[in-house]
Amino acid sequence: MSDTLTNLWLLLPEGIQYTSYTLLKVFIILLPLFIVVAYYTLAERKVIGYMQNRIGPNRVGPKGLFQPFADMLKLMFKEIIIPTKSNRYLFIIAPILTFAPSMAAWAVMPFTDTLVFADINAGLLYILAMTSLGVYGVIIAGWASNSKYALLGAMRSAAQIVAYEIAMGFSLVGVLMAAGSLNLGDIVNSQAGGIYHWFIIPLFPLFMVYLISGVAETNRAPFDVAEGESEIVAGFHVEYSGMTFAVFFLAEYANMILIAMLASLLFFGGWLSPWPSLMGDNIVWLFLKTGFFMLLFLWFRATFPRYRYDQIMRLGWKVLIPVTIVWLVVEGFFVYFKVGPWFN
Amino acid sequence: MFATIKYYLKTFLLIELLKGMSVTGKYFFRKKVTVQYPEEKTPISPRFRGLHALRRYPNGEERCIGCKLCEAVCPALAITIESEERDDGTRRTTKYDIDLFKCIYCGFCEEACPVDAIVETNVFEYHFENRGENIMTKEKLLEFGDKYEPQLAADRAADAPYR
Repeated sequence: MSDTLTNLWLLLPEGIQYTSYTLLKVFIILLPLFIVVAYYTLAERKVIGYMQNRIGPNRVGPKGLFQPFADMLKLMFKEIIIPTKSNRYLFIIAPILTFAPSMAAWAVMPFTDTLVFADINAGLLYILAMTSLGVYGVIIAGWASNSKYALLGAMRSAAQIVAYEIAMGFSLVGVLMAAGSLNLGDIVNSQAGGIYHWFIIPLFPLFMVYLISGVAETNRAPFDVAEGESEIVAGFHVEYSGMTFAVFFLAEYANMILIAMLASLLFFGGWLSPWPSLMGDNIVWLFLKTGFFMLLFLWFRATFPRYRYDQIMRLGWKVLIPVTIVWLVVEGFFVYFKVGPWFN
Repeated sequence: MFATIKYYLKTFLLIELLKGMSVTGKYFFRKKVTVQYPEEKTPISPRFRGLHALRRYPNGEERCIGCKLCEAVCPALAITIESEERDDGTRRTTKYDIDLFKCIYCGFCEEACPVDAIVETNVFEYHFENRGENIMTKEKLLEFGDKYEPQLAADRAADAPYR
């Protein structure tokens, strides 16, 4: 049986073999991602509930474990309402424009030394490019909706992402200086040798800047002015319903997971074990670290009130960017004098 | 000068944000206060004001004497009473309607009643399926009173020292 299958497979033209193999790999990465996104939404409601002395959703299935599927079904069967005076083509394209880059960014994520879909040398640059593309979807959604709230949300989101993209980019420059490579796998491998070799120690200020601008980049609380449900209803996605809304949601959560995983790859040694003499390097380490940062996103949302719009701009331009630039200079000296186990 | 340095240290080290996160972090492990409603219920005060009922004396005679004080005091004009003389010469109601859509459950009717006839039970879970079901007629009220008499008597007894 398996022989015939193999023969059939080999009979296929090379192009089709390659394409289907690639599609399979895409599927293997994206399917777990979707499941994690689904359960991340449940975790969010549970964690925030617990922090507010509530117990969160627990009705659908055992302990509420089927809640994400109930939500998904509801969103799938909901009507997609297209406002009369909206630009219907852009209105439909916008969610796809946010969704596609947030998925595409996962192509270069390394999970272990060998388990990586596309091991390209400009990996970090590619991820930066992809995550900044997502904002076009938000802007187009805000414009195409032909609603004042949506437009306000889109403008806020655009200004915010422009401001924080710079701070984030600069903080990643620090990682590049330390690792000497744009390849994510190489960046992780240059942190090998236990917890004291991780970049978090010499680059702590840059890590804080990265974390803050990562939260801002994904439009999460306390930087969720683009949504700002208490001031502009739901910001850029007021007019969206059903699957179009779900796609925005999916992109947002996939981006959060991406930022969390990037944080653990760039600053916390990814899949490297903190004590290599005691425990080996394993993909579990990466998931543990990523999980911690994912929890941090929810923790922030449960704790901090929303920033005022002008304060966000002040923080981005007048605090984070100067801090990163100063620390880049300090790091330059580190590199020149080959300080510690990190720069040699 | 010193104050400025202290201020910068405080803001740059994100101390207050960490404090806030430690508060929510502690609450994460606290005992949860959620009452799982259909299965669990919160305790109800004997003074709770739910659906209305008309009570009877222990010998089976209805308490209401048709004085219409409740109708007069009702701020929502939800009560409609008609009364006439019964064969034994006493005044009794022939119609005692409470419109539950108008009623605001203030409990004034219960307070006004000189014979403790109209009372409010602790029933708060009810719904209407057809038009007209929102009108509590005399029959329905008396039936309700008979059904909840033990509870009603106990609640009145519990509240008696404070009346």
